[in-house]
Amino acid sequence: MGIEEKVSEEFKKAGIIPLKIESPFADEVYIDVKAEDFKKTCIFMHKRFNSPVMAYFACDETATANDGAFIIYCTFESIELKNWLFIRYEIPAGKGEYVSIAKEIYSASLFEREMSEMFGLFPDKSPDKRSLRLHEEVWPKGQFPLRKDFLREIKTSVSASRYVFNRIAGEGIFEIPVGPVHAGIIGPGHFRFSVAGEPVVNLEIRLGFTHRGVEKLFENRSPAECLKLAENICGDSAFSYSLAFCCAVEKVYAVTVSENAEFQRGIFLELERLYNHIADIGGIAVDVGFSFPAAYAAVIKEKILEVNNEIAGSRYLKGINVIGGIKSGIGITQRKYLIDSMEEIEKDFRELKSMLLSSVSFMDRVDGTGILDKNTAEDLGVTGTAGRASGISMDLRADFPGIYLDNDFKIVTQSDGDVLARLNLRINEVEASIGIIKKFLNILGNENSIHSGNTNARAGYGLGYVENWRGPVLFWLDINKGGLIERCKIVDPSFRSWQGLALAVPGNIVPDFPVCNKSFNLSYPGNDL
Amino acid sequence: MRKIIENSIRKGILTRTINFAEIENTGSELKKEIDKIFGRSFHIREVDTGSCGACDSEIMATTNPIYDIQRFGIDFVASPRHADALLVTGALSENMKYALKAAYDAMPDPKYVITVGDCALDGGEFKNSYYVLEKIESVIPVTINIPGCPPKPIDIMKAILSLMKGKL
Repeated sequence: MGIEEKVSEEFKKAGIIPLKIESPFADEVYIDVKAEDFKKTCIFMHKRFNSPVMAYFACDETATANDGAFIIYCTFESIELKNWLFIRYEIPAGKGEYVSIAKEIYSASLFEREMSEMFGLFPDKSPDKRSLRLHEEVWPKGQFPLRKDFLREIKTSVSASRYVFNRIAGEGIFEIPVGPVHAGIIGPGHFRFSVAGEPVVNLEIRLGFTHRGVEKLFENRSPAECLKLAENICGDSAFSYSLAFCCAVEKVYAVTVSENAEFQRGIFLELERLYNHIADIGGIAVDVGFSFPAAYAAVIKEKILEVNNEIAGSRYLKGINVIGGIKSGIGITQRKYLIDSMEEIEKDFRELKSMLLSSVSFMDRVDGTGILDKNTAEDLGVTGTAGRASGISMDLRADFPGIYLDNDFKIVTQSDGDVLARLNLRINEVEASIGIIKKFLNILGNENSIHSGNTNARAGYGLGYVENWRGPVLFWLDINKGGLIERCKIVDPSFRSWQGLALAVPGNIVPDFPVCNKSFNLSYPGNDL
Repeated sequence: MRKIIENSIRKGILTRTINFAEIENTGSELKKEIDKIFGRSFHIREVDTGSCGACDSEIMATTNPIYDIQRFGIDFVASPRHADALLVTGALSENMKYALKAAYDAMPDPKYVITVGDCALDGGEFKNSYYVLEKIESVIPVTINIPGCPPKPIDIMKAILSLMKGKL
C-alpha cells in the first residue's frame, strides 16, 4: 500500500474528506483540505502521530494569476509512516484572518505569532498578540516583510508602543530584568525574572534581538547563491544548516548524492555535534564554578576545531557543502589523522567525564535542577537534545535513518529532564558520535566520488532536514520556474525549546539559572533568523 | 584531575604539544604595548548585535588554556562601565541599535570600538535585509575591523596588537 492510500485510510477513520493527497517524494505527503476542516485535521494528526507542530507557515501567492491566496502549511512528523505530513489550505487574499489552532495544539502558538507579524495573517482567537521578532519599539505597525508586495524602502514612523511583559504582583515579589547585553560572551536575549525571595516564580524570555530578516533574503535568488547565506545563519550549526539547505535543493533538483559523500557529510555532522556537546559540558561546569574541567573541555573543543580546520579547511565547517555533495573529500592521510585524533579525544573525554561525575559538590548542583517534565516538553513541542533528556524519543537519525540504518544507531534518552539528564545525554551522545565517526571512516571506500555533476535546475518544493546537535533543523524550499527561490522557511529546534527553558527555571533559585540555560544551550540566531 | 596536573608539572604540557611560538610572540608583544599604554590591563566588553555565533565562539576561544589571552593583560568584563574597548560581532539588527548605543554610552573615556567579522563590517551576507543596518558607524564610531568569517583567535590577537601599535 502506497503512502497516499495509508494517509487516506487514516482520514477515513477520522471522518475527514481531504481534497487531494499527493506525495512528491518518498518522505513527504501534502494533504489539501477545506478551510473548515483544517483545525480538525491538525488536531487529529497531532494526536494520531504524537507529533508537535514541526513547522507551520504561510506562502504569499496572492500575486499569481489564477488563485490569489495565501497558502498555509502545517507540518507534522510521523515516525510510524516515516513521512512528513503537510496539511495545506488556502486563505483568500482579502481575508486577513484564519482559524487558530494554538489553543488546542500549544506548539503551534509561536508559529501563529510569526505569521501575524510576517504576513499580516491574524488568528481569530490568539492567546498572545505580541510581536516575536519585529520589535514594537523599532518596527512600524502594518508592515509585513514576508509579503510579496513589501517594499524595504517604505519606512513610516514608528509608533511608540512597547512590549508588555507578564506582571507577577504580590507582596515581596520583585523583578530582575537581564539583557539583551549579557555578562558573558553570548547572544542577546532579554530575561525577565519574577522572584519571591530566592526562588524564581516566573521567567519570561523575549528574543528576536538578532533578527536579520533571513527568510526574505533567500527570496528571488538562485539556490547556489544562497548556500553561503544558509551556513551563516547559525554559526555553531553552520554545517547542519548548509546540509539541510542542500538536501532540500537536491530533493527538488532530483539529484542523487553518492553514498560516499553521504558518509562524509555524516562525519562532518558528527564532528559538529562533538565540538558543541563538549563545549556545553564544559559550560555546565563553568556555570557552577567548577573551572578546572571547564578549561579542560575548552582544550578538547579547540582540538576538534583544529581537526575541522585540517580536514575541511574551516574551524566551523563552513564552505564544505555544495549542492550535490561536498567540495573536497577526506583524503587517505587525513583519515588516518582523523582516527588518531578521535582516539585522543576519546581518552581526554573519559578523563573529563570522570572528573565531573565523581565530584560530589558538582553533582549536587546539577542533580534535580531545572526539571522539564515529559508532559510539558511534549505540549511545548520540545525536540532534539532537550526533548530526549525529558524522555521524548525523537531523533531524525533514527526516524529517517538513511546512512545510519545499517550502523545500528540507537536513540539515547534520559528520563529525569533535569540538568544532570541533559548532561548525561550529551555525554552518551559524544561517546556514540566518536563511534559513528570511526565506523563511517571505515566504510568510506577508496573511490572518492564526492560530488554529483548533475545538478539541473528544476522547479518544485521540498523539505530538507537534519538532526543536528540541538535537534531537527528544517529547511522548506519552494523554487519557481525561473530557478529562483520563491519561499524559504527555516525552523530551528530552539524555536520551540526556548519555552521549555522558561518553564524549567521556575522553582529554582536565581544563581541556578545560568546552569539551566547552559544545559539547554539554545540558539539565539537560529531562533531569531 | 590529579593525573592531568601531575602530567603538566612533569612534562610541562597539557595533553599534547601545541605550536605555541606564534601565540607566545604575538602575546608578549601585546603585553608590552598594554603595559605601556593601558597600565597592564586592557578590558573588553563584547556585544553581539546579530552574529551567527561563530565570531563569539572564536572570542571565547582566545580565553581557553591554549591561547589564554588573560596572561597578556586582556580580559573580558561583564559591564561596559569597566571596559576600555567594545568588541562588536555580527550584522547590526534594528533590535540591537538601542542596546549597542546604550552600551557604548556607558563606557568611560577613552573608548575604542573593535568590530569582529565580515558581518560587522558591512552586514556581510545580510547586507540587503530590511532589518539590518549597513554601517555600525551610523550608531557608534568604529576604531578598527577584524576581517574573517570568523577570524581565528590568533587573528583577533594580532588585530588588537595592530590597534595598539597604529591607531592609538
